Amino acid sequence: MSSREADRREFLKSTGVLTGVLALGSPLALLTPSRSWALDLKSLTSAQGSLLLAFARTLLPHDKLEDAAYAAVVQSADADAGRDPALRKSLVEGIESLGANFATSDEAARVLALRRMESTAFFQQFRVRALQVLYATPLAQVLLGYEGEAFSKGGYLMRGFNDLRWLPDVPAVDSGPLPGT
Amino acid sequence: MARFELNDDGVVVIIGSGAGGGTLAHELTRRGIKVVLLEAGKRQTPASFSQEPGVAYGQLSWLDPRSSSGNWAVTRTTPSAPAWIAKSLGGTTTHWGAVTPRMADWEIRARSSYGAIAGTSLADWPISFEELSKYTALAESRMFVTRRHGIPGLPASNNFKVMYAGAKKLGYKRAHTGYLAINSRAQDGRAACIQQGFCVQGCKVAAKWSTLYTEIPRAEATGKLDLRIESMATRIEHNANGRVNAVVYRDAGGNEQRQKARAVCVAGNALETTRLLLLSQSGKFPRGLANSSDQLGRHYCHHVLGFATGVFEQPVRMWRGTSQAGLIEDEARNDPRRGFVGGYWLEMVNMDPTGVALAALPYGWGRDFAGVMDGYSNMAALMMVGEDLPRADNRVTLSTSTRDASGLPTAHVHVDEHANDIAMRRHGLNQARLVLEAAGARRVLLSEGSPSSTHNMGTARMSQDPALGVTSPHGQTHDIPNLFISDGSVFTTPAAANPTLTIVALALRQAEYIERQLSTRAI
Repeated sequence: MSSREADRREFLKSTGVLTGVLALGSPLALLTPSRSWALDLKSLTSAQGSLLLAFARTLLPHDKLEDAAYAAVVQSADADAGRDPALRKSLVEGIESLGANFATSDEAARVLALRRMESTAFFQQFRVRALQVLYATPLAQVLLGYEGEAFSKGGYLMRGFNDLRWLPDVPAVDSGPLPGT
Repeated sequence: MARFELNDDGVVVIIGSGAGGGTLAHELTRRGIKVVLLEAGKRQTPASFSQEPGVAYGQLSWLDPRSSSGNWAVTRTTPSAPAWIAKSLGGTTTHWGAVTPRMADWEIRARSSYGAIAGTSLADWPISFEELSKYTALAESRMFVTRRHGIPGLPASNNFKVMYAGAKKLGYKRAHTGYLAINSRAQDGRAACIQQGFCVQGCKVAAKWSTLYTEIPRAEATGKLDLRIESMATRIEHNANGRVNAVVYRDAGGNEQRQKARAVCVAGNALETTRLLLLSQSGKFPRGLANSSDQLGRHYCHHVLGFATGVFEQPVRMWRGTSQAGLIEDEARNDPRRGFVGGYWLEMVNMDPTGVALAALPYGWGRDFAGVMDGYSNMAALMMVGEDLPRADNRVTLSTSTRDASGLPTAHVHVDEHANDIAMRRHGLNQARLVLEAAGARRVLLSEGSPSSTHNMGTARMSQDPALGVTSPHGQTHDIPNLFISDGSVFTTPAAANPTLTIVALALRQAEYIERQLSTRAI
């Protein structure tokens, strides 16, 4: 068997799926017909996906944030790994270094495990990915109160850019007029 | 728009379309000079700017990996991204915050002002302050800078109210909504700012000055501009007399083209400008074009940066409003009693959640980190931008480990911060903390700097003496009279001010000089 064929077989057998159920009242549940969700993985197994999801949740533990948001981080790593065999290899090695019991360990044990690998490229790259992807998800943005893009609504000029009332207003000399006034 | 032949050796080729190149293209073409403008990136429009942070980043940013070394924070946070610059028509003026304070008299005489400081390559600019100020004022009028020349300031946002209250309690005298090249009223055929935030994603209403929709279309309207987007310059060629005579570039289809030139102006941002000149080394210029002095790439400066984020009891919602409409001027002075020379500005900054997580809270993770992020709605933030001291070994070279898609080495950036930089950052972050605490912050988080440098300066510094710099006081290279540098590379020292205003001022001045040189057939 050629190495290319071996890679293909390895690739095919390792694809997995992540699943979950949205909380009652989840902002996403209002938009979707069903509360259950499933995410196909292109290059990771279900077990590997679960380990990465646990990694993301240990890095950025927001108890009120659902697994569906963390799954987006896993999906992003999985997609990149699917495009680049070298990346997939280093990702899988990194996941293996977490240990098979990582996802089922208690949080203190998971934190300890991550502390020991903080200086590795795998940890550092995944940390940046987790920040970039997780806090850009609609679920995380709702959790943090972030309102996001405003151009389509005319900006924040008439929608509260200066509505803070618990500090004094700024004198005109150090501020400026509202446009059109 | 004009089309000039590849073998037309009467054109001026400008490489890069940002603050320097875009402005220069307009200034030369309106004087009737034929210009071929090469831009590596694509052409976006206010309508096509994405408002999804990740998509916008990819749309505007230069994504090739680079490499880095030295003691600066970048080597620990984002070693393959030492700088964040744009690759898009309009260059960094698409994604910039439009903060435009002026350089000070004492700053452009840095060597005289600060004295001899070991471990630095301080020098005075070879231009008088009066001369620079004349063009700075022209640039401000061109860019409709707020609080200058009768233009009103922008209205105070929530984030600014916090900054202002803290500044006043601390006794600062000069705090206001800043000098910004953002329309505080409709003018110049462009709308007034609608306080939407997202300046970094490109301004959807074109309230923010960018060469993309000011200088470049005006240059196109002259009929003297041949704009070629997705055209990546890879080499500048010269003749036997050592005059440059052509630019080799890859076009949108990946094909190599060769445009003849009467003169060449390089404005690719300090990293890419330096890289291109180094890649253009030849038998006659073995150390890189215009580098007989061995000064090319040296004295790289990127400003002393730091972020302070305060978490308050009540909502701030800092994302609402112009990204950087807030400034404290009081620390922009030279007072060595503070423990360092040079000054810094405290600038308000809005960040989206990803920006906070990446820039304001680096290295963090775990319960405490997530707890801080949970307070995002109650956050206010500011940053310091200070003068770093030039050092000969802080340097842009060709990387031995990173290449672009076509296999050419990308830039390597080495920075060892001077003790003065570190002392300034400590002072600035402490003052920023005091501002936020005075306004009532229950917790303040400090960060050493953005993951990547956006202010890149000094690698082709201006000098009177050809042995001490790459360019003359007009950005003309000492070695090659028809080769010019037209971006922040020429700054002799960085000053504390955000660099774009001065880049535009120098481009306006350089255009007059190039016109004289062409009309007298000096080049």
